[in-house]
Amino acid sequence: MNLQIRDTPATQTSSRLAIADCDIHPAVRKASDLDPWLPARWREHLASFGGGRRLGMQSGPAYPKGQPNASRRDAYPPEGGRQGSSLAFMQAQHLDPNNVALGILNPLKSGQGLANPELSAAVCHAVNEWQVATWTSQDSRLKASIVVPYENASMAAAEIRHWAGHQDFVQVLFLSRTAEPLGNRRYWPIYEAAAEARLPVAVHAFGYGGAPITSTGWPSYYIEEMTGHAQSCQAGLSSMIVEGIFEQFPQLRVIMVEAGFAWAPALGWRLDKAWRTLRAETPHLKQLPSAYMRRHVWWTTQPMEEPEPREHLLDTIGWMGWDRLLFATDYPHWDFDDPAYALPLRITDDQRRGFFLDNARAVYGVGA
Amino acid sequence: MSRHVLAPTSDIPPGSRKLFTVKGRPIAIFNLEGDFFGMLNRCPHQGGSLCEGVVTGLVLSSNPGEYTYARKGEIIRCPWHGWEFDIRTGQSYCDPERIRTKAYPVDTASGATVIEGPYVAETVPLQVEENYIIVDV
Amino acid sequence: MNIPGAIDCDIHPSIPGLDALLPYMPDTWREIIQIRGIDGLNSISYPARSPLTARPDWSPEKGKPAATLAQIQRECLDPFGSAIAICNCLYGVQLLFSEDMAAAFARAVNGWMAAELLDRDPRLRASIVVPIQNVELAVDEIERCAQDPRFVQVLLLASGDHPLGKRMYWPIYAAAARHKLPIGIHAGSNYHNPPTAVGWPSYYTEDYVAQAQAFQSQLTSLFCEGVFNRYPDLKVVLLESGWTWLPAHLWRLTKYWRGLRMEIPWADRSPADVVRSNVRLSLQPTDAPPDAASLQRIIEHLQSDELLLFSTDYPHWQFDGMAAIPAGLSPALVRKITVDNPRATYARLMELVR
Repeated sequence: MNLQIRDTPATQTSSRLAIADCDIHPAVRKASDLDPWLPARWREHLASFGGGRRLGMQSGPAYPKGQPNASRRDAYPPEGGRQGSSLAFMQAQHLDPNNVALGILNPLKSGQGLANPELSAAVCHAVNEWQVATWTSQDSRLKASIVVPYENASMAAAEIRHWAGHQDFVQVLFLSRTAEPLGNRRYWPIYEAAAEARLPVAVHAFGYGGAPITSTGWPSYYIEEMTGHAQSCQAGLSSMIVEGIFEQFPQLRVIMVEAGFAWAPALGWRLDKAWRTLRAETPHLKQLPSAYMRRHVWWTTQPMEEPEPREHLLDTIGWMGWDRLLFATDYPHWDFDDPAYALPLRITDDQRRGFFLDNARAVYGVGA
Repeated sequence: MSRHVLAPTSDIPPGSRKLFTVKGRPIAIFNLEGDFFGMLNRCPHQGGSLCEGVVTGLVLSSNPGEYTYARKGEIIRCPWHGWEFDIRTGQSYCDPERIRTKAYPVDTASGATVIEGPYVAETVPLQVEENYIIVDV
Repeated sequence: MNIPGAIDCDIHPSIPGLDALLPYMPDTWREIIQIRGIDGLNSISYPARSPLTARPDWSPEKGKPAATLAQIQRECLDPFGSAIAICNCLYGVQLLFSEDMAAAFARAVNGWMAAELLDRDPRLRASIVVPIQNVELAVDEIERCAQDPRFVQVLLLASGDHPLGKRMYWPIYAAAARHKLPIGIHAGSNYHNPPTAVGWPSYYTEDYVAQAQAFQSQLTSLFCEGVFNRYPDLKVVLLESGWTWLPAHLWRLTKYWRGLRMEIPWADRSPADVVRSNVRLSLQPTDAPPDAASLQRIIEHLQSDELLLFSTDYPHWQFDGMAAIPAGLSPALVRKITVDNPRATYARLMELVR
């Protein structure tokens, strides 16, 4: 079959604007790609015991995905390997035609959440080395995330300190389904290290902390799991706010990645209302929860909600603040948002520039 | 409009598909058991390249827990968000009730109202003459 | 407030104490409870003296709030002038793990409500508390209480052992549908699972806020499992759930439904359509934006004036004074919320009391 790179439609001028893509998922071509940075002891461990996670399957997700690798079927590189594993193909299919001026790498199969804490730390470190060697050193548009073994805070903090100051790393990455809510003090040393390194903390949907994806047990279907990331991310964010990490670390920035964003205003209103009534419980909080949200939290845009009428989204973004959103495609995943079509709304040039690029540059401190 | 001869029918065996560009428009041609159907290769949702999706049957159900499988090989799923489109008609199955309540024209030559909107993949009428596939674009 | 015919769809009488239930239990259970030193089923969903559990002016010096008919009449029914109020008793029957003990408690709670409240004030109605730990026993209790027309709803909690859409629970929905009883899902958890989707929170504030997410998960489950395909006439009411989160949740669920329809092929109507026909939400708490114009916008996002059901959530502290209805709503909408929508939802409300 002819593989054709889609022509940029001439009428969609927005897709010619330089954009930031704040959620790209690079993949290894094969597991051994990490070998240069993974000690033999762990290579052997993985070969025999595997990478045990807090779920029952030796490999693959708890809920079967809708498509193989949860990725676009048209994103297999021509030279072989899974979607997202070829820089050249990523450039040809996505970075170049979509004019990605800033691409943030969020590796997902990264060692995060592995049950064995030392294994988790070792694989995370190898993935960080791999990001530099394979991706960011080869294409200056790409920036990396420090993936950390977040269930072991001291090891995670050490990994952050190792990379702090390296110009290719622009954030610290968590997955959202942590063993305990993200605001829990067990994670504070990680926030401390991130704040010290002046790096934002990104929380990307997924992971397997062991708890069901709902507060009421395990649902039956993949669609429920996908929808459910909004609930688990709301819980994680609530925890961060209510436990007071933004009082403890006043410079900390948090980016919610691939969680959706339209839930944010109502969550802020609910947190505020509850806090007004219950504030005796949280004397450490000096501001409204929504104020912390407004100051410290950003959201990537994918998967962009699609209300009908679409204009309702303007209300939502207005409530959140046009400076809060960071465009993302989630390339190469199946629920990809195409920059040419993702925001079919009448907005100002300033809003468009901020949404597609400038907000990201500001948050990541990556210059124009 | 002009006629374009795309390919001999033997280029697209039954069960397969092929992508052509005609006057800058990408057109996917499918062969369903010897019948040819054309579709603009752009998902009406966000423009995904339909031709690169997987072809499936249609799973229907009138009762939770029951699954009826039909139309094997006649549905294309957009490789991005997985929306299902009937290769023969372009109808999408992502919002079944909306589709049920709309009437689709059978005779495209009669000038009957074409249903516009985001849930129909644009079909491209074809002719087959002397074992060649022809479109008017 | 005084809107003639207003129906308060969510008030919370308290069981004064374990002793109050003993007369409604058979000998076996009465003795077991006494000799085993059981404390009483007081859920952490509403810590006894937390500010939210009882508004200061509804909080007695001693004893529980809303624990006597006199309190309920004086503080809630009379001042708000409700024609009818629906009692949702949150005594923690669902917390138990023993199925039979739960059934005994559920029966006792329902018996107590009938005798102490429903018999003594014709404005009161109640939801049937069920031992969801065992679906057959839950159905038995529904069948028993459904004979009494003053029971108008089946009460479940927002967080339990499994998402409520799962087929194991469908006999409950079948029984409810048979008797024209809506399913009332009320904020709270049985705490058999962590109360958030990411584990156990440190603060009650987090727990309470997380209730909204529990409802979102339950709505997803009911939709995806096809409960309303099987029981098209069943109504589900989300109680003390908040409702300003609903539009965003429906946008997300709809988007995934479009691409993943094949996984749940019976789901042939959009989530918004299903909610419009089968789901309602009580008014309090209204987690409102800071300004009236934004509240109007979020109401517009609902795209239906039939979804909200008036409630005070008495004695929980959700508003001050008489401000049970947010400012700025049109009189027509207020009428729908206070009278029309509840009447349309609770088919049994107008039946004569025996």
